[in-house]
Amino acid sequence: MGVLRSRLDPASDEARANETAMRGLVDELRSRTCTLAERGAAGDDEAIARHRDRGKLPVRERVDRLLDPGAAFLELSPLAADGMHDGDAPGAGIVTGIGPVEGTLCVIVANDATVKGGTYFPETVKKHLRAQEIALENRLPCVYLVDSGGAYLPLQADVFPDRDHFGRIFYNQARMSALGIPQVALVMGSCTAGGAYIPAMSDESVIVRGTGTIFLGGPPLVQAATGEVVSAEDLGGSQVHTRVSGVADHEAVDDEHALALARSIVRHLERRPPAPPWDRREPVSPAVPADGGDGGASLYAAVSADPRRTIDVREVIARLVDGSELHEFKPDYGETLVCGFAHVDGWPVAILANDGILFSTSALKGAHFIELAAQRRIPLVFLQNITGFMVGRDAEAGGIAKDGAKLVTAVASAEVPKLTVLIGGSFGAGNYAMGGRAYSPRFLWSWPNARISVMGGPQAARVLSTVRGSFASDGERDAFEAPILERYEAEGNPYYATARLWDDGIIDPLDTRRVLSMGIEAAVHAPIPETRFGVFRM
Amino acid sequence: MTDDGRIGTLFIANRGEIARRIATTAARLNIRPVIPQLDGPAAVDLLDAGAVVRAAVAAGADAVHPGYGFLAEDASLASAVLAAGLAWVGPGPDAIRALGDKAEARTIARRVGVPVADGEEPADQSDGSLTAAADRIGYPVLVKPVAGGGGKGIRVVPAAAELPAALASARREAARAFADDRLLLERYVADARHVEVQVLGDRHGNVVHLGDRDCSLQRRHQKVIEEAPAPNLDDATRRALWDAAVRLATEVGYESAGTCEFLVGGDGRWIFLELNARLQVEHPVTELVLGRDLVADQLGIAAGATLAELGIGQASIERAFATGVHAIEARLNAEDPANGFLPSTGPVALFRVPADIVAFGPIAEAAGRVDAGIETGDIVTGRFDPLLAKLIARAPDRAGALERLGLLLDHTELLGLPTNLAFLRRLVRTPVVVEARARTTSIDADPDVVAAASEPGSLMDRQWTAAARRLAGTGPSGAFGGGFRLNAPGHRYRLVADTGAGSERRVVVIPTRSPDQQPGADVAGPDGGRVYVSVDGRSVAVRLEPPPDLAAGQARAASGGAGGGDATLEAPMPGRVVGVHVRPGDDLKAGDRVVTLEAMKMEHVVSAPRDGRVEEVGVRKGEQVERGRVVARLGAAS
Repeated sequence: MGVLRSRLDPASDEARANETAMRGLVDELRSRTCTLAERGAAGDDEAIARHRDRGKLPVRERVDRLLDPGAAFLELSPLAADGMHDGDAPGAGIVTGIGPVEGTLCVIVANDATVKGGTYFPETVKKHLRAQEIALENRLPCVYLVDSGGAYLPLQADVFPDRDHFGRIFYNQARMSALGIPQVALVMGSCTAGGAYIPAMSDESVIVRGTGTIFLGGPPLVQAATGEVVSAEDLGGSQVHTRVSGVADHEAVDDEHALALARSIVRHLERRPPAPPWDRREPVSPAVPADGGDGGASLYAAVSADPRRTIDVREVIARLVDGSELHEFKPDYGETLVCGFAHVDGWPVAILANDGILFSTSALKGAHFIELAAQRRIPLVFLQNITGFMVGRDAEAGGIAKDGAKLVTAVASAEVPKLTVLIGGSFGAGNYAMGGRAYSPRFLWSWPNARISVMGGPQAARVLSTVRGSFASDGERDAFEAPILERYEAEGNPYYATARLWDDGIIDPLDTRRVLSMGIEAAVHAPIPETRFGVFRM
Repeated sequence: MTDDGRIGTLFIANRGEIARRIATTAARLNIRPVIPQLDGPAAVDLLDAGAVVRAAVAAGADAVHPGYGFLAEDASLASAVLAAGLAWVGPGPDAIRALGDKAEARTIARRVGVPVADGEEPADQSDGSLTAAADRIGYPVLVKPVAGGGGKGIRVVPAAAELPAALASARREAARAFADDRLLLERYVADARHVEVQVLGDRHGNVVHLGDRDCSLQRRHQKVIEEAPAPNLDDATRRALWDAAVRLATEVGYESAGTCEFLVGGDGRWIFLELNARLQVEHPVTELVLGRDLVADQLGIAAGATLAELGIGQASIERAFATGVHAIEARLNAEDPANGFLPSTGPVALFRVPADIVAFGPIAEAAGRVDAGIETGDIVTGRFDPLLAKLIARAPDRAGALERLGLLLDHTELLGLPTNLAFLRRLVRTPVVVEARARTTSIDADPDVVAAASEPGSLMDRQWTAAARRLAGTGPSGAFGGGFRLNAPGHRYRLVADTGAGSERRVVVIPTRSPDQQPGADVAGPDGGRVYVSVDGRSVAVRLEPPPDLAAGQARAASGGAGGGDATLEAPMPGRVVGVHVRPGDDLKAGDRVVTLEAMKMEHVVSAPRDGRVEEVGVRKGEQVERGRVVARLGAAS
């Protein structure tokens, strides 16, 4: 084991500029997230007050009270739908995340009725499905705190019909239940139309007296369809469903009672995670403190403020892993991909981190290393900062495509948990080879400096202007390229990405170690199977 | 004794602050102090004289100091100690016996011309005889045990109707405390002050007084504030009390330290109450006025020294009492002012006194003294008396001493269990104390003081944060612990503080990436999932808000929800009504029968789910009902 040391001078101009730049990005991230969290997802005190007046707890308080006292909550994609729908759907109107309930790690999916009645926008659906996917992949019980009017009707075409639309929620519930992944629903408000299936498809459900209702068609629809006039309570209230219909199992007198019942239900799930094939070690802090400690350079200082400058990824690893110890694999071969075994908060990990463009050797080394990790059933951690694979005649003749394919095959086939962090650029096929979203890592987070697109903005602009042909002047070429650059800048922005659920959230780099640890802890709730790799093109 | 007649090893048959206080002096005099274990295999039962003597002998002691308390006034212990060949630090058994019997003490007082209360000590202890005596004395009448002291078993009986109950309970308490249930009756002196005179006698027949003390501030007949000299006492009365005390002590051949207690009435007339044959709890105020160590004096006397050899002359004592130098003591007790000063128990999560304080013994220039029997980490059980510590201040005049005592109390913290600290902080600043108008009834008569001290206070933001920091580790551990929230300004904790009258809830966010601040000295713990925060001297327990309580939810459900609205009682099955047990307007308790149905040859009772008044009965006896039929409606409880 080599102990990584920092060569960064915290007093250097570059380190200080980096530190300042990242601090600014993190401050922006926090302020965007907090506006949501502190004022309710609606960001609207009045909506929260109205909600409380109806005897309902705000969604975040529900989540807080469901969790064990003092517990952490790994929220997923808190900035979903950020900047979309004219700002009408903050957080996509749903809170999802992972946290302990009665000591059992659960996925919590909670509607925020202060956002358009908790109705489902396209991103709401995506966020709900992603939470279920996480529950499925990591075998975590699901607790749904339902308070939703169903699909957001103006966008029904983007919410209702497709495979990964609203109906998938219930498909997932059935499939997970079949796999023994408990499904628990608390009806803490409306559960209308499709929403009615969430409690109905659950293994065990609770409904709150007075506020909880479950019906396929609400009173207005019933009147329209059959002429029958009936109150919401008589149509689908707690008394009907716990005494007559049996759609719900427990009647709660209020939100607190419902949450107490949910905790009791989870307590009696008797869940125990499987034993991984290795022992978790006693966690040790990095020898190089991430926050800079006493006069050292922090993780912020290690990340180039200028996206065109490379990040010395060993400076990053040194600040993430236990004791800053990295058992580096093939340190002198394919040096642009750093591979090594280490521990994060006691969990064994196999790290693949970009330290430049990918060459054939880097790809071969990465594929070999993933085989080692898969054999040892050690989770893979990808630290992505990649402009892509090498291009050019030498590279193509050297078989970069087939070597890149080997790495992509290895990543795609590996059955160990994969966790990806975008610490810088994520461009082109490099994204695939480094555990991008399409490669189904268990979790994928971005740092606020990250950029994601098929290629860099300047490269795309140059490609497109070259394809178009000749320009009268450089000025004309610049005028052609400017909107392309602008568009790539906007769409490559991490907030654009996280709003569309391309990641599981933007994180403060200083939280990376904890968030990775949470992710791995969640991941090891599923057994780690043996890997069968696809054909490696030789 | 050592060869030269000195005491070599002193066995201290006591515990808590007094045991430590005696040990401190002993150590200063190169005497080895031995404090017995009260727990564990080597525990000594201090109430068993034989066991105490055996332990003292086993420890190689050549003298026994009983401290204060019942043991000090146990003539049989003094006899046993002397019979074992050890020195007894205190008055001889004969003096203890004579003074311990209030009736005999009263006879002695009469003999030397000291006034006593008009009262009776009937030889016939029947209720009838005692009632007749009470009628002769007149009400209000004081009922006291013949044996013992310390306020145990004393009852003020305002009227004849309450006498039988008072006699019964006083007898029980006296029998339990002193193994002697005889009672005497006295006229109750109204508007009285409690003034006492410290006396000291040697083995050679010399007796001096060490000045007076006022101990009027009492609750439940237990002293709270004591001071020396007694303020607002005219010179003639003061000298008369000194003189009476010396006469009494001389008459019984008093040896060692003792205290003559008097009641001084509002009209200036006074009576002798009793002579306590021991070092009193409040002896430090006398020490601070005189600059003497009374325990050292006791040890010198026990070793045979004369008062003159100890450098004690009556004239210099009286001069010291004329200088105006004043000392005041406050007793910090494990008791809850909000709960009638009943004893409290719990952990001592933090006990902190100002740094520039002298512990035990006379002080020179320091601002004050603390005699404490506890330290941080101790557990206060209900096994012993509630005195935890004494805080004593001295200054050239009374106002200065009072101000210092106030500061001393302000800078003292005791967290983990209810104490009277907040009460003391307020008490020393009340007009009645500042203006030296205290009477034995002042605390009971001044409920504002008690109420103010038990007002629920609020934690400061800094205290919430400090509490959250300390509670952080009591939740789940590991990456899913510590209140982490993604991209939040800090870690998030929901806390609840038990503020006495109720509870206060707060969501606290501990900023991340900010250096850990020193948690204030007024926050202690965690201890069993709780931290303790000082709210103006009151110990307030703070914990992570517990998760929603299922039982509480069920109870709310049973009582018809949070609002306690109407409850509709329905027939749970089809059947015949065979009994209607209520009528509209009846007030029901939860569980009361409302209707009995018979179905499938079984009787089924529909009962009230909560307390409430019957609004309507929907069925008649003999009627056949279907399932879901409303049998009654229940309104809010009246």
